[in-house]
Amino acid sequence: MAREAWITGIGITSSLGEGVEAHWSAMAEAAQPRPNVDLLSAAPFAFHPMVPLDLDKQIPRRADQRQMEFWQRLGTYTAGLALADAGLVGDLDRLGQTHIVVAAGAGERDTAADGEILEGLGAAAAPDNFLNERLGSDLRPTLFLAQLPNLLAGNISIVHKVTGSSRTFLGEEISGVSAVEVVWRRIRAGQGDIFLVGGASVAGRKDMILQRAIGGTLWSGAPISVWERPDKGGGTVLGSLGAFLVIESRDHAESRGRRPYARIGSVVSDQSRRRPGEVAKNLAHQFDDMTAEAKDQPVAVLSGTTGMSDATQEERDLLAALVKEGRVSAVRASANMIGSGIEATFPGLIGLGALALSKRKFFMPADESGFEQSLSAAPERIAATTCGIWRGEGMGLIEAVD
Amino acid sequence: MSRPLQDHRERPVVAITGIGVVTSLGQGLDDNWAALTAGHSGIHRINRFPIDHLRTTIAGTVDFIPTDAKTAPALTLATGEQATQEAITMAGIGSPGDFPGPLFTAIPPVEMEWPRRRKLFDAADPSINDAYGRMIDVACRINDDFEYRSTLYGFVAESLADGFGTKGAPISVTTACASGATAIHLGVEAIRRGDSDAALCVGADCSVTAEALIRFSLLSALSNSNEIPEQASKPFSKNRDGFVIAEGAAALVLENYETARARGAKILAIVRGAGEKADDFHRTRSKPDGSAVIGAIRNTIEDAGIETGAIDYINAHGTGTPENDKMEAMSLEAVLGEEVKSVPISSNKSMIGHTLTAAGAIEAVFSIQTILSGRIPPTINYQMPDPTIELDVVPHDARDAQTSMILSNSFGFGGQNACLVIAAEPA
Repeated sequence: MAREAWITGIGITSSLGEGVEAHWSAMAEAAQPRPNVDLLSAAPFAFHPMVPLDLDKQIPRRADQRQMEFWQRLGTYTAGLALADAGLVGDLDRLGQTHIVVAAGAGERDTAADGEILEGLGAAAAPDNFLNERLGSDLRPTLFLAQLPNLLAGNISIVHKVTGSSRTFLGEEISGVSAVEVVWRRIRAGQGDIFLVGGASVAGRKDMILQRAIGGTLWSGAPISVWERPDKGGGTVLGSLGAFLVIESRDHAESRGRRPYARIGSVVSDQSRRRPGEVAKNLAHQFDDMTAEAKDQPVAVLSGTTGMSDATQEERDLLAALVKEGRVSAVRASANMIGSGIEATFPGLIGLGALALSKRKFFMPADESGFEQSLSAAPERIAATTCGIWRGEGMGLIEAVD
Repeated sequence: MSRPLQDHRERPVVAITGIGVVTSLGQGLDDNWAALTAGHSGIHRINRFPIDHLRTTIAGTVDFIPTDAKTAPALTLATGEQATQEAITMAGIGSPGDFPGPLFTAIPPVEMEWPRRRKLFDAADPSINDAYGRMIDVACRINDDFEYRSTLYGFVAESLADGFGTKGAPISVTTACASGATAIHLGVEAIRRGDSDAALCVGADCSVTAEALIRFSLLSALSNSNEIPEQASKPFSKNRDGFVIAEGAAALVLENYETARARGAKILAIVRGAGEKADDFHRTRSKPDGSAVIGAIRNTIEDAGIETGAIDYINAHGTGTPENDKMEAMSLEAVLGEEVKSVPISSNKSMIGHTLTAAGAIEAVFSIQTILSGRIPPTINYQMPDPTIELDVVPHDARDAQTSMILSNSFGFGGQNACLVIAAEPA
C-alpha cells in the first residue's frame, strides 16, 4: 500500500505579498484581483517585483545574508516560512532528518562588474589578457557562491538546520515539477519521511532578462491575460516568486500531531519535442491518468501556463474542451496574478492549490478574456499544470483531506 | 521459478550493465584504465584560452572531442554523449535512440560566456548607458535560438534525452562536487521503487573557462603548483595545495538485477548502497567534527546492509585540498575504526584532477573497473606523505588485489555529501 504524501507547510512570497494569507486575500478574497506589475525598471519588459521582505525575520544573521545574492535570500527566507508553517522551527531532530530538494535557476551575476569589463574590453590591446586581469580583481569571492545553484540548498541547511540530505534540480520549469514528483514518489515508496521542496526566482534581473530575450520569449509592454497572448504573438512576463513546501508521509505528520492543507494524489511529467499538438497530447494523457479513478468528479485547474503562443494555445484549447465535457470545473492561470516564476512555478501552484483546498474555496478569476469562469462550489481536487517556456510538460493532482 | 533477488530491505537489487567514460586521460574505458593503472596524469598546461594573469595555469581539460561550438554546454554535451554511447553499447540495452528508462544527468551550472557577451555588447547601440541594457537591446533583435537553448539549464539533459531516447522528463541535478553520485542515487531510487527496470545516469562537466578558474582561485581551492602540471594534484600528501580543475564525463546503465539477468545482460557490478547527509556548518567547509561526512558514509553503509569490515577498497573523494583530505581521513577512521589503516584507499583525482560535477560518476565507473580487473589504481604524486593521515593510499603504482565491496565518496561545496557502495556481482 503506497503511503500518502501530505502537504503540511507552505511558504510563498511574490509580488502579492508574503505568506499564505496575503496570497489568499489578494487572489481569493479581492472582488477584482489586481496584480502588482513593474512596467518601468526593465522596460520594454514588464515583471512582477518581489514585495519588500524583512530578511532578519528568517535569516537572522547578517553574516549569512551577506553570503547570498537576492535569489538565495528569497529562497532561504521562503523556506523558513514553510518550515515555520509546518511547525518545524527549532525541532532539530526532525530537521536533521528532513531532505531538501530545490529547483534552481542560474545564479546572479555582478552586472556592474560585467559592464565595466565590457566597456574596457573594446579599448584593450589584448582583450583576453585584459579579461583575465579584470576578472581576477573585480569578482568578489562570495559572488561565486551566490552563483552556484546548489548553494540555495546549502544556505537553507546553514540557516535553518535542515540536513537530512540536499539535492538541487536544474532545468527551468520542469525541474520544479520533477522536484515535487521525486518527493512524492519517495514518500510513497518509503524512501524518506519528510521533505522541504521548492524554488526561488527573481524577476527583473538583467542577466536573466538577457538570457530570455535572446530566445525571444518575453512579452513586451503592459501584460495582458496569458490566455489572450497566443493570438498576439505570445510571450512571458516573469514574476519574482519564492515557493517552498513541507511534504511528509501521513504517518510522520500524524505522529507529530499535524494536519495537512491537502494530500498529493499524483505528479507526472514528460518532455515532448514540442511538435504541433504534443503539448496538448501530453497534458491530455496526464489529465486522463490522474483523474481515471473519479472521472465524474470535476477538477479545478491551476495553470502555470507562460503565455508562449503554441504551448498556451494548446493548453487553453484542451482545458476549454475539458470544461465543456464537465471534467474541469474552472481554470485559473497563476501567471496573470504573479507572473512566471520559472523553477518556482510548480511548487507555487501546488502550494496555492493546497491552500484553496484547505479554505474550501477557489481563487477569483483574473482574466479579462473571460476564459476563467467563477466557481462557487468548494473544490475537492485541483490539478496544477506546468509547461515550460521551452520544454517540459508536467501536472500534479492534489486532494482535499477531510 | 526462484524468488527474485532482493536486498536486505527487500528492495530490488540494482545492477550496473554498462559504463562509459571520458577524461583528460582519453576517451573510453580501455584507454582510461590503461593510463590510470599506469599512473599517468592527464593534467597539462591550459591552451584553450590565454592564461595571463591567472594564478593557476594547469587543468585536466578534455581537448580532443570535436564540437562545433567551443562553449561549456557544447563540450559538456559532447563528452556526455561519448560516455553515454559507450555505456549503452556495452549494456546492449534497448535499440538506438530508444533507451527503456529515465535519464538522470549531473551537469555544471552554465551561463552565457564572455565571447558571446562581448559580441552582443559590441553590436549594441552605444547610446544605451547600461551594459546589460545594451546587450538586451541586441538580443531582442537577433533571436539566437542555439544561444538561448544552450544556456538553459535543461539543455544538456534535453539533448541527451532526445538523442538516446530516454523516457519521461529528464532530470538534471547539481550537488556541486557530489553531483555525479547524486545522479546515480536518483537512478538507484527509481529502480528500487519499481518505477523503471532501467535508468541512465550521466555526469558530465567541461566547464573550464578563465572565469571558472578565477572563481575557484578566489576561494583558495586550486593548486598553484603550475611548474610541473602532472605533479600538481597531490592528494593525501603533506604538501598538497588544492585541487586541479578538470573535465570529463561518465555514464552508467543501471538495471533491475532480475530483468537484466532475464534479458541475458552481463552484470558488471551492483550498486549496493547509497547514502547522503547535508552539512549546516559553512558554505565551503565541513563541520569540524566531521559529523556530516561521517553521517553520509554511515548512511551509505547502513543502506548497503554491510559491516564496515566488508569494505575492501575506498575510492576517495581525495581532492588534494588541505581541508578535504584531512576531513575525509578523519571521518573514515570514525566510521571504520582503526581497521581503516589496512584498507587500501586511492584518489583517481591524483591523475585525472577534479572533474567537479562529473567526478562521482567517473569515480563510480573506475570503482566498477577496479572490481572487474582485480587491480587498484594508485594515488600518484605521493612524494611527501602527510604524517597525520595514516592511510594506505596505494602510492605511486597500481596494485593487484581482488576487491568486492568498494566505498566511493563524493563531498561538495554547499555541504552536499553523497556516497556509494559498489559491490561485485553476487552470482
